[in-house]
Amino acid sequence: MKIHEYQGKALLKAQGVPVPLSQVAFSAAEAERAARDLIEQTGNEIVVVKAQIHAGGRGKGRFEEHPDLGGVKVVKGAAAAKEIAQQMLDSTLVTIQTGPEGKKVGRVLIEQGMDIQRELYVAATLDRATGRTTLMASTEGGMEIEVVAEKTPEKILRESIDPATGLMPFQARKLAYGLGLADNVAKKMARFLGKLATAYEQLDCSLLEVNPLVITGDGEVLALDAKATFDDNALYRHKDVEELRDPSEEDPAELEAKKFDLSYVNLDGTIGCMVNGAGLAMATMDIIKFFGAKPANFLDVGGGATVDRVTAAFKIITRDPNLKGILVNIFGGIMKCDVIAQGVIAAVKEVGLQVPLVVRLEGTNVEEGKRLLENSGLPITTGSSLRDAAKKIVELTT
Amino acid sequence: MSVLVDKDTRLLVQGITGKTGAFHARQSLDYGTKVVAGVTPGKGGERFENAVPIFDTVADAVKQTGANASVIFVPPPFAADAIMEAADAGVPLIVCITEGIPVADMVKAKRYLQGRPSRLIGPNCPGIITPNQCRIGIMPGYIHQPGKIGVVSRSGTLTYEAVHQLTTLGLGQTTAIGIGGDPVNGTNFVDCLTLFNDDPQTEGIVMIGEIGGSAEEDGAAFIKANVQKPVVGFIAGTTAPPGKRMGHAGAIISGGKGTAEAKLAALRDAGVMIAETPSDIGSTMKAALG
Repeated sequence: MKIHEYQGKALLKAQGVPVPLSQVAFSAAEAERAARDLIEQTGNEIVVVKAQIHAGGRGKGRFEEHPDLGGVKVVKGAAAAKEIAQQMLDSTLVTIQTGPEGKKVGRVLIEQGMDIQRELYVAATLDRATGRTTLMASTEGGMEIEVVAEKTPEKILRESIDPATGLMPFQARKLAYGLGLADNVAKKMARFLGKLATAYEQLDCSLLEVNPLVITGDGEVLALDAKATFDDNALYRHKDVEELRDPSEEDPAELEAKKFDLSYVNLDGTIGCMVNGAGLAMATMDIIKFFGAKPANFLDVGGGATVDRVTAAFKIITRDPNLKGILVNIFGGIMKCDVIAQGVIAAVKEVGLQVPLVVRLEGTNVEEGKRLLENSGLPITTGSSLRDAAKKIVELTT
Repeated sequence: MSVLVDKDTRLLVQGITGKTGAFHARQSLDYGTKVVAGVTPGKGGERFENAVPIFDTVADAVKQTGANASVIFVPPPFAADAIMEAADAGVPLIVCITEGIPVADMVKAKRYLQGRPSRLIGPNCPGIITPNQCRIGIMPGYIHQPGKIGVVSRSGTLTYEAVHQLTTLGLGQTTAIGIGGDPVNGTNFVDCLTLFNDDPQTEGIVMIGEIGGSAEEDGAAFIKANVQKPVVGFIAGTTAPPGKRMGHAGAIISGGKGTAEAKLAALRDAGVMIAETPSDIGSTMKAALG
């Protein structure tokens, strides 16, 4: 699960990580008020208006409606903040991470302007190779870290955190001094890193990234941005984090699927897929492409699919306006094929069928399952293997 | 021959009185597996299906029954604790089926296992089976057949797909191992490839990977350096978009890393024969064996 920058900063602040003064605004009037408050508090007329969307690359991104405006704008005075917020709100920001369709901006963050001397990068994430959290730091702040990792990997310093001890102070010092910071700043940096690592652990993050982390002219160390991603498996113990979810940032079909415990990802093709098992579901998408069409979705109905879940899955798949056909691929292990066939038949009868449907069943009670489909009187094509079924659905839709 | 489990394996089931645990304990018994004990705290002294003794702790169960493998069916919030309990009791093989364990819990469990003799398979996996000898997990036993191919996979149903083809073609399996779809797991591809490479009965190896992480690349490097037996590979997720979790917690392309293309390239470079579609895994192996 992802959250907005302003929410991430609030969580960091609660953990004692220094962040600039800022306030979120949902309207231009709120933005003006927030800017006025900030200017009064700091005595500095410079404020920054930052579009809040769940995607990076905002600074370099551009609004569809305002081609000269990026997602991060430095302005002078509350009136200017209001004007920029007005332009950003309800407009569509296209960045390198949003895809060409962009994302609509519903909230902006108004933040105090900072006297930035240096921009650095720090993040905590899981290192899958070691099965441990890695704390990373780099002098290349403000850049895309993937590019840094690709071109100059030596510029990324790493410390692996032993879960038995947590991050040790010497590790934080190694990173801070490794970045070549002056002594007083290095000490602040080490403290910052310690708190960041604690926040990562206590909040069950899968990524906690500060890019850039800034050092001000006064030698202060602050998180100028905050990107937090949470481990979905651990959300049950963080109800407060779960409440930060912004439904407008998520695909409605994916949210609907979640209600039924279905694992679903919306894609841009035309063949809907319903499969049991994540690996087999991916492989089914791949074989559709192999035969020259594109999958409309990834959908894993899971091991314990009931008639209800199969029906729910069908409804979600058929809602896709680009849908031209459906491929159901089930390898019934413990799950019996006749139960699946009953589910498919019930779903088709309830939801209706506007596009070709190919069903491939294999495994337990497969003969009974096939017989049920054939005797249903419904226009269902059966496939003898995954290859055969995929070929058939592609032929029927092109 | 087989790897890790055989007819002498003495299985303990953690969570044997839960719905899933009970169902699959029954299935394993029916398959002929020696299920010697169950553990459910608070139900010690009872018996499962009037036959298998239930204990309050894994330590008790091991002491009383000599169990040397454990399968875990407990819910996600308690699963990492169950893994560590089995390791503490010295169980040599721990198979965790549970899906949805918080990553931070697995990071701790993996650390706990370091320096201990226990091997963990999973979590979020279908388990391990040596046909006609020992079934540990949730796979349908009847699709397997004793034979000469070792199977290792990150996916459950995709493993069944491959196993079914190998059985239909008469090749069978020595042992099939599901290593699971989580980002932090116990046994990895290299571990399984090592076991199959050293097993004289295993004549060929099927390796099924998916997007996310770099375990397949590590496996490819091991194959290139050590494996003479034919290896057939398949990677799921060629069409998966970056940044999206595809069902499995570990199946995600992030920061340009973990793509199917990179994994396929590494496997090809190691001389692994790639099955073009999941329907071709068995036939590709048959061709490779000549």
